[in-house]
This record gives sequence, structure tokens and C-alpha cells, in this order.
Amino acid sequence: MAEAVVIRELNKQFASPDAPERTVHAVRSVNLTVEPGQLVTLLGPSGCGKTTLLRMIAGFEEPTSGDIMFGERRMNNVAPNRRDAAMVFQSYAIFPHLSVYENVVFGLRLKGLSASEIKAKADRILEITGLTAMQKRSPNQLSGGQQQRVALARAIVMEPRVLLFDEPLSNLDAKLRETMRVEIRELQQRLGITSLYVTHDQIEAMSISDQIVVMNGGVVEQIGSPREVYARPASRFVADFIGKANFVKGKVVPGGVEISGKHFTLANPTTKPDGTNVELVLRPEAISLSDESGIFAATVKRAMFLGNVAEYLLDVEGLGEWLVDVSNPGERGLFQQGSRVFASPSQASLHVLP
Amino acid sequence: MLTNARSQLRILARDPILLALVGVIFVSILVFVVYPLAMVFIASFQERGVWTLDHYGLLAERKLYRNALANSLSVGALVGLFGVVIGYVAAFVLTRLDVPFKKLLHLITILPIISPPFVSAVSILFLFGFNGLITKQLMGLQDFSIYGFHGVVLSQVFTFAPIAYLSLRGVLASISPTLEDAALNIGASRWQTFWKVTFPLTLPGIASAFLIVFIESLADFGNPLVLAGAAFPMLAPQAYLEITGSFNLPRGAMLAVILIIPSITAFAIQRYWLSKRQYVTVTGKPTASTSKIVSDPVKWLLYAFVLLFALIVVAFYTVIVVGAITKVWGFDYTLTLAHFAYVFNVGFKTVTDTLIIALITTPISGLFGMLVAFLVVRRNFPGKSAMEFGSILSYAVPGTVVGIGYILAFNSYPLILTGTLTILVLCFLFRYVPVGIQSGIAVLRQIDPSIEEAAQNLGASSLTTFRKVTLPLIAPAFFSGLVYAFVRAMTAISAAIFLVSANWNLMTVQILNQVGSGRLGVAAAYSILVILIVLVAIGVINAFVNRMTRHTNMVRF
Repeated sequence: MAEAVVIRELNKQFASPDAPERTVHAVRSVNLTVEPGQLVTLLGPSGCGKTTLLRMIAGFEEPTSGDIMFGERRMNNVAPNRRDAAMVFQSYAIFPHLSVYENVVFGLRLKGLSASEIKAKADRILEITGLTAMQKRSPNQLSGGQQQRVALARAIVMEPRVLLFDEPLSNLDAKLRETMRVEIRELQQRLGITSLYVTHDQIEAMSISDQIVVMNGGVVEQIGSPREVYARPASRFVADFIGKANFVKGKVVPGGVEISGKHFTLANPTTKPDGTNVELVLRPEAISLSDESGIFAATVKRAMFLGNVAEYLLDVEGLGEWLVDVSNPGERGLFQQGSRVFASPSQASLHVLP
Repeated sequence: MLTNARSQLRILARDPILLALVGVIFVSILVFVVYPLAMVFIASFQERGVWTLDHYGLLAERKLYRNALANSLSVGALVGLFGVVIGYVAAFVLTRLDVPFKKLLHLITILPIISPPFVSAVSILFLFGFNGLITKQLMGLQDFSIYGFHGVVLSQVFTFAPIAYLSLRGVLASISPTLEDAALNIGASRWQTFWKVTFPLTLPGIASAFLIVFIESLADFGNPLVLAGAAFPMLAPQAYLEITGSFNLPRGAMLAVILIIPSITAFAIQRYWLSKRQYVTVTGKPTASTSKIVSDPVKWLLYAFVLLFALIVVAFYTVIVVGAITKVWGFDYTLTLAHFAYVFNVGFKTVTDTLIIALITTPISGLFGMLVAFLVVRRNFPGKSAMEFGSILSYAVPGTVVGIGYILAFNSYPLILTGTLTILVLCFLFRYVPVGIQSGIAVLRQIDPSIEEAAQNLGASSLTTFRKVTLPLIAPAFFSGLVYAFVRAMTAISAAIFLVSANWNLMTVQILNQVGSGRLGVAAAYSILVILIVLVAIGVINAFVNRMTRHTNMVRF
């Protein structure tokens, strides 16, 4: 029953709220395929068009041009209530005048299912989401996490063709967010529902997605698995938005790159011709520090102890400032501010920006 | 933005019922709000089908008309002033001070709002008329006349001060007492705190309340008709007299147009200028702290003032009750049920007529109001702001003008409705629905739209969403819309008096007739019946709306 979602050349323009004569291009020529049963996140900073894209898929916004397909069916002119694309809202949007149970069966009743069928489906989903004991409660008697579960149960119980999440965890505290995202991922995989998930939290995106769509300014910057977008970012924006990144200038040479006179072999060779000046991404955790020997000499400008890692800001000779993360600093001890160190990038994680 | 309009229409067309509804609402606003008003304007510029300015020329020629205009404006201004003073003190005392019986005093203060328009006028006649209890029997005055300027002002202040009170109550309640605490904390005296902080913050609200009362006073028909007297012409009754007395429709229409101008001006200022300057800080938290800016003596002085107003209200109603059950006021205070017997025997058809009209109007008006509010706040379609404006237009237009417009518009082809039940229902519907619409809009704007999107997302059509989600969520507004529609249908006179007929008559018109023919006791009995029906209806509507929303203590996201 899982279906692919295909987005083709989708555009959305609307009149700017402050200056009606100007149009805002919220989503630009987006192409995207979500394979059946996959969970794909739309990731980007606020205002990047990810929520607009999701709302177009749900049918709450009208695309200016392009196609939205569920399987073989074009959905552009299908009303939101006929799309069978249940959504979990950022504000949960629980009906405050209905009990938990009534919220969960709201859509089932509209489908015209038999009473026994409704009861069976509702009971099962309440069980799965751990809401059985509180099904008679009114939503205002629930905690944030419980309200979140109601919103989730209400969407999943529909067994929709497509499941949509609009920043569902952004109103929860950090601990609960981690638990809930694991639960959402497990449920989604167990039920095998094709899902789109909007978030601005890169960790959340990395932890639950099959594929991540990184968006910026209405444009898709990169589509790839969490590993791909992290290790091989397609643009400076992606590298910077997902995780922390040092940008290093280098030159393509036969068999690798040269950085400040030092030669490095690349794990993913670049297609650029020898002699091209390039920018490389170097992750802070892919640099090792030593006070004895190493590749680049540097001075510690700032040292911060964060518990699991120590975060350093180095002034690397001839290369500018680098961020470096060293794990387990509790055991290894900290380099003091002002001390001279050597920084050695790991060859395997050097990535040339296209 | 044509593409925008087209795209909006395309979205709307996905929901054909919704599209049809929008169409129906547009057409009905055009036909039953705009068209009658246009007819009034046209009629005022015509004489037997020929365009002319002659009617307006009469304004310069005839002292009667000039006086009517001057009198209406000066009464309106003075009533506005008194109303705001009473309303402000009452609102301040009952929202900000720690005094006993606040809830009871609140209810007594707003009682005049739900009573028929003649209660105060009849009470004033009982107390200060030719056989008045106070003027004749207690003070022995022989030549005192209550008719004229002072009578109208007295009666209107009593009728409209509660409206100013309600409006200012909202304003005062929304200003956090912390602001006053802050001023006191940095060294302001109580007096300075009031004049430099509280008063300026409430100033836009005061101006707004003044204009609302001014509009009500201008539009008021019942009090002037009973208490103005022949020597003190006023616009609304004069327009009525031109039409029913002299059968001069164009002249009545001309006076109606003159009446519209200050009303619409005041309305426009209030709505589009003042309302944007209100310093309302909605925090969602109830402001529990009581004001510390008045000293004890001042507090009790203000309280005494509020008590006095409440006592006058009680006195007026007591007088009505006594008048309804005694033989002849001023001569024979023997208890009797004769006045009620008259109502139930001779005039009972009026009671059933009024009830039928109110019972038809109320649900239609309540639903219609919420539907328009829903469309205006939640849906995009071309002409949306025109719909909102059109739907509240009739609120700003005095009833007399609407009444004249309806007889001009619906007395001839293609829509002949005069003398029917339909015309009364339509008139009440479009005249009193704006209050429901406005409160619906206000409540709906506070509700997260994704709650309704969630319903749609789960398969509910627009109408199902409205019925199962929106309507229960805006139950408080729905309730006030229903109550307002019912109360007004029971108590309205200014527009309705042009539209009643032998077949369909109203209790308010009956009260007026009884006052006119000197049967004050019967008028009092009718008034009491109206008040009782309204009170019962409010209870029933309350129970109904409560049942509709079981989880009433709802969360607002």
C-alpha cells in the first residue's frame, strides 16, 4: 500500500506580505522522489520553503506550477480532504473540544467505517502510542509529549498513503525530542508508510531519515542519505548547515590535492582538472591534535570543555582559523589557550566542494 | 493580482458547496444590505421619478429639519459624554477595585441592554410624567414637563450607558495592573499614575465607547418618539413621521440620508482609526491584581456612584413591575392582573408573532454570522474584504434608514415582500448579524488555523470542518451571536416599525401604541413579558451551546 511521492518542477510564488507588488519565490523548481516506505526529511533554515513544500503536498497551498504525484495519480487538483496524506502538525492541532479517543477516531468516522472497525483500529493505535489509559481525557489534561502522541496516533490510525510531519518535535524539550524521534522512526518503519518530515534540526534529520533534502532559499541544495550529505556536501551551504565545517583552500594535483604545500590523497577523487583551485571541507572531528608532531603547526586561540568533547579554535599557520573537536577530553586533558600544537587532518574525510 | 484571484477561485472551486455559499452570501448582502441603502439615496434625490435636489433644499428652508439635525447631534454628544463617564466609573470599580457584590452589580448594570427600548421611557413617564410619582405626587409640581431635551437625554443615558460600560470593561480589563504598579514603584503618586498611565492607555477605548453611544443615540427611535414631544424634533422620529404621517417618502429618505452621514462618520472613525490605536495587551493571563491607585475614600465614593446607578436601574424596573400590576398609575394603586389579561386576550397574537420571528431569526443569524466569520478569517477569495465590510455595514446604519430602505426596495417588482414574515426576518437577520460576525472573527483569529487544517487533512470537507470543529471552538462567539440576535429580534423597533403589518406585528410596536394611547399599564405588562422571554431564551441558548461543547474549558493554542 505504500506509494511513491514524486514532485516535478514544483514552484510556488506568492505576493509579498509587506509589498504586494513584489512576489516571493518560496519554492523554486523542486524535483524529488520519495520511494515507497521511505522517510525523507526536508531540512533547512526557517524561510527556506520546506514547510511551503510540505503544505503543497498536503493541499493547503496551491503550487504555481509543477506536479505533485502520489504513485501514478496527479494530486494538484485534489482537495486536501481527499488526499489521504495525514499530517502531524507543529502545534499538534489537537481538537480541544474532543477527548483523546474522539480525536483519534475523527478521521475514521469521516471515512464511514463500521463502529467495530473504528474501535479496533483506535484501540490498536492507542496501544501502540501508549495512550490507552488516557483515552477519555480532554487534551488540556495532557502533557506536551502526550499531546504529541495524540497527534501522531490521529494521523497514523488513518493508514494514509503518505504521512506528513511538520516539525512535530519542535515544541518538546530536548530529552523528550530524542525519545519521540526514535519512536516516530520505529513506528514509520514498522508500518512502512511513505513519509515526508520537515525539520530545521540537522541532528533530528540525520537520526531518522532514509534521505535528506537540504533546502535553502526555495531551492534544493542536495538530496542524499544522512552519510552522503554529511560526508560529501554538495555546496558550502550544506557543509555549513549540517554539522560544523572548516573550509580550506587547496589545489588539485595528480593523485589528490595540495594544501599549503602538503599533499593529500582523496577518498573520493575530484573530477576537476589538475591545477584547479578548490575549496575543501574538513570536519572538526576529523582533525587530530598533538603537541609533539603533525602536519600543520598551530596556536590554540580558545579551548572549551564541553564534556564529551573539547572544542578548540586554532590559528593554523598560513591557513586561518580551524575548529577542532577532540573526544573524551576528560581523560586526555586539555590544551591550554596559547599553547603550540600540531593539527593533522584525516585524509579519508577531506572533501572537495564541487 | 488577477492570477492570485484566479488561483484563489480555483482552490475554492475544489469545494463546490463552499463556492456556492460564498456566492449566496455575496448576493444576499447585495440585495438585502446594499440595495435598500442605495434605494434610500436614490429616493432622496427624486421627486416623482425626476432627479432633484429640492428635498435637501428644505434643510435650509425649514427650521423644523435644521432643528431635528441639531437636536439629534446635541443629544447624541451629551448622552455619549454621560454614558462614558458612568460606563468608565462602573467599569473601573467593577474590574479593578476590591468591592463587594461585583458580580451582582455587573448584572444589574447590563440589564438595560436586554430590555425593550421603552422600559426607561415608560419608567420615566411613571416617575416624572404628568401623573409622575416624583414630580406630581411627591413634589406636587403641576406644570413640570418631562418631554423634550432633558427627558430624551435622561432616558438614553439610562439605556446606553451599559453599552459604554461593557465596551470600557473590556478595555480596562486588558490593561495590566502591573503597569500601574510600575508607575507607583518609580515614585508616581496615585493621581499621577492615573492621569499619566491608566487614563492615556484607556483614552482610545474611551473615544471608542463615546462614538458607539453617539451612534446608538442617533439611531435611537423609541425614546425620542415617546419623550421628545412635538416641540423637540429629532431626526429618526421625524423621518418616520414624514413617511407614516405625511406619506412623503422622498422627504423621509432625505432625513434618513442626513442621519446616515454622522453615523457612518462616527463608525468609520471608531472602526478604522481608533480600533488600531487601542493599547490592548492580550497576555492570555487573567489580571488578578487589583488596582492600588485609589485611596479608600475615593474607592468608596466611586463605589457609591456605581451603587446609585444600579439603584436607579432597579427603581426603573420596580416601577415597571408595579405599573404593570396596579390599576391606574397615579390614581389607583389597587393590584390587578387586568393589564396582563389584556396582553393575553387582546394582544396575544403580537406575542406569538414576535416569538415566531425571533425563533426563526436567531438560529439563521447565529449560523450565518459564524459562517461569514469563518470565511473571512479562514478562506481566501476575491472580494473578501468587501464581504466583511458589507456584512457589518448595516450595523452602522440607523434602523430608521434600514426600515425606509426596505419599504422602498421591497414594495415593488421584482421582490415584493412588504407585509410578510420574510421581510421582518431578513431585516433582523442582516441588521443584527454583524455583532455575531465580529465576535466570531475575534475568537477565530485566536485559534490556530492548523486545528481546522487537521480536520481537513483527516478527510473532513469544508462544511464538516465548520460544523464539527470551527463551530464548537467558537462557541462563545456563537453564543453571543445567538443571544444578540434573539434579544434584538424581541426588542427592535426602529427598522421594524416600517415593516410590521396587520398580519405580522411586534410586541415593541404594541408597547409604543399602548404608550401612545396612554395605557401605560399595558405597555408595562408587555415590557415585562419581553424581559421574561429574553431571560428564558438566554438560559436555553446557554444550555444548548454548553451541550454543543462538552469540553468547555478548552485550550487555546
